[in-house]
Amino acid sequence: MALLDIQNLRITYDTPDGVVEAVRNVNLQIDKGETLAIVGESGSGKSQTAFATMGLLPHNAQVSGSIKYQGQEIIGLSHEEMNKLRSNEIAMIFQDPMTSLNPYLRISDQMAETLIYNSPDGKRMKKKDAIAECVRMLEAVKIPNAKNRIHLYPHEFSGGMRQRVMIAMSLLCRPKLLIADEPTTALDVTVQARIMDLLVELQEEFHMAIVLITHNLGIVAGSCERTMVMYKGEVMEQGSTVDIFGKPSHPYTQGLLSAVPRLDQDEERLVTLDRSFETPMAEG
Amino acid sequence: MSTKEPILSVRDMRVEFKIKKQNALPWHQPDILRAVKGVSFDLAEGETLGIVGESGCGKSTLARAIIRMIPSQGGEVFWQGRDLMKMNEKDLLGIRKEIQMIFQDPLASLNPRLTAGQIIAEPLKTHHPNTSKDEVKKQVRELMEKVGLSARMINRYPHEFSGGQCQRIGIARALITNPKLIICDEPVSALDVSVQAQVVNLLMDLQKELGLSLLFIAHDLSVVKHISNRIMVLEFGDIAEIGEAHDVIHNPQSPYTKELINAVPIPDPIAERKRIAERRALEAKA
Repeated sequence: MALLDIQNLRITYDTPDGVVEAVRNVNLQIDKGETLAIVGESGSGKSQTAFATMGLLPHNAQVSGSIKYQGQEIIGLSHEEMNKLRSNEIAMIFQDPMTSLNPYLRISDQMAETLIYNSPDGKRMKKKDAIAECVRMLEAVKIPNAKNRIHLYPHEFSGGMRQRVMIAMSLLCRPKLLIADEPTTALDVTVQARIMDLLVELQEEFHMAIVLITHNLGIVAGSCERTMVMYKGEVMEQGSTVDIFGKPSHPYTQGLLSAVPRLDQDEERLVTLDRSFETPMAEG
Repeated sequence: MSTKEPILSVRDMRVEFKIKKQNALPWHQPDILRAVKGVSFDLAEGETLGIVGESGCGKSTLARAIIRMIPSQGGEVFWQGRDLMKMNEKDLLGIRKEIQMIFQDPLASLNPRLTAGQIIAEPLKTHHPNTSKDEVKKQVRELMEKVGLSARMINRYPHEFSGGQCQRIGIARALITNPKLIICDEPVSALDVSVQAQVVNLLMDLQKELGLSLLFIAHDLSVVKHISNRIMVLEFGDIAEIGEAHDVIHNPQSPYTKELINAVPIPDPIAERKRIAERRALEAKA
């Protein structure tokens, strides 16, 4: 049985201009310990798919289809059941590590909160024990001098260090699935390389599955076994990363790959995406 | 290096910021942050110089100091032989029509209350206030077509355009005064790769057609390598390396450039995984 099994996912929004279909007919499976990349341009529906899995869509969204986590249907769960799943099974990290941390709370307080309210064994942890556990986790994500720095505020950390804090926080309850939504987009390349190395290392250590959402094809090539390409809410193709990059079968994937300038090649002119594969639609 | 007389020469440019501690007393001296520490370079006519470096290395500060958008603490900037730093406001305004700028966030750099046509025409009103209405409209329409926008969109507002289209409006606005140099500050960082390719191609075409010089600031080495003749790598406000684009990328001399290049992921699973394995082995040894 797949760890996460999404069938015929459709997300629509009621807007003043009528119903907008953000995601249609998305099918995906991810097994234990596997890494799946979802790539696509802005507006392709990659984050929508992830947000639906976490039950984080806005109020005017409508979801149909099936999202099964270890055989359990997520669509239709109550708040309490969803919270349990989010605290103990599936974790998510976001693009901007500054806006996803509470600026008014010390790192120690916001991290310990997770353990005090949702300890992995179901009991409430004492604050002192929780903080000791948080320090261990900050050490696991290689934050130097974690014991003292845990008492600092988010603004006292750099962007890369903040993302490490977010990762540490998401790992506290030992999730089996980590959804990383553009985790390195806001970071410099050298920091990006270190965060990606860290994620791969932690994945082995904690036996997690990772869904990596990104538009950066380079980091996908480096660390994901399987890749799914999305465009305008639909899956264009999915398969092993080596196959998709080596022999892309869909014209959109081919276009996307050739539009990226490469450091290891000299290209005369960048290839722009030929969108002729699209079914003609009325221009807005 | 081209043998032509440089159009822009920057000598020993220094920019400092005073940082006052939050709880400082009035007699406490502020800390000095040296954002740009004595940078010198030349730019030839029709040349593209790429400026790369990580966030906080001073690349945008340098660009802004060159056209005196922010004050500098020393250095000279010769524009066709005249020192911009010693010029009065009036002369500077005359020079600014020859040096235009394009910014990173395509939507934030456009006034939401003006139409595309008004935005593109604005520099003309500042620098050539006597141009007739019909002439302004004619030039705006021509430029919109030139940057790949339909002239029919002239009365639309910025929010009605996509990110790539907004950046085209920004480019048209920069072109309307017939500049000789355009400073592009992360012009494609906010765009999707497919749109990025279109805008990069557009800039390269325009440069060839109009003989423009470009200062192209970006953090993405692959894009900079593609568009630039020469590349300058900045590290904490200092030049780590400057040279022909091909040499800097394929034969980097400074350790910082090497580190930057090694961190750029390559969209090829087999090559990229080999590189990562090599990097880890190297780190394990160290």
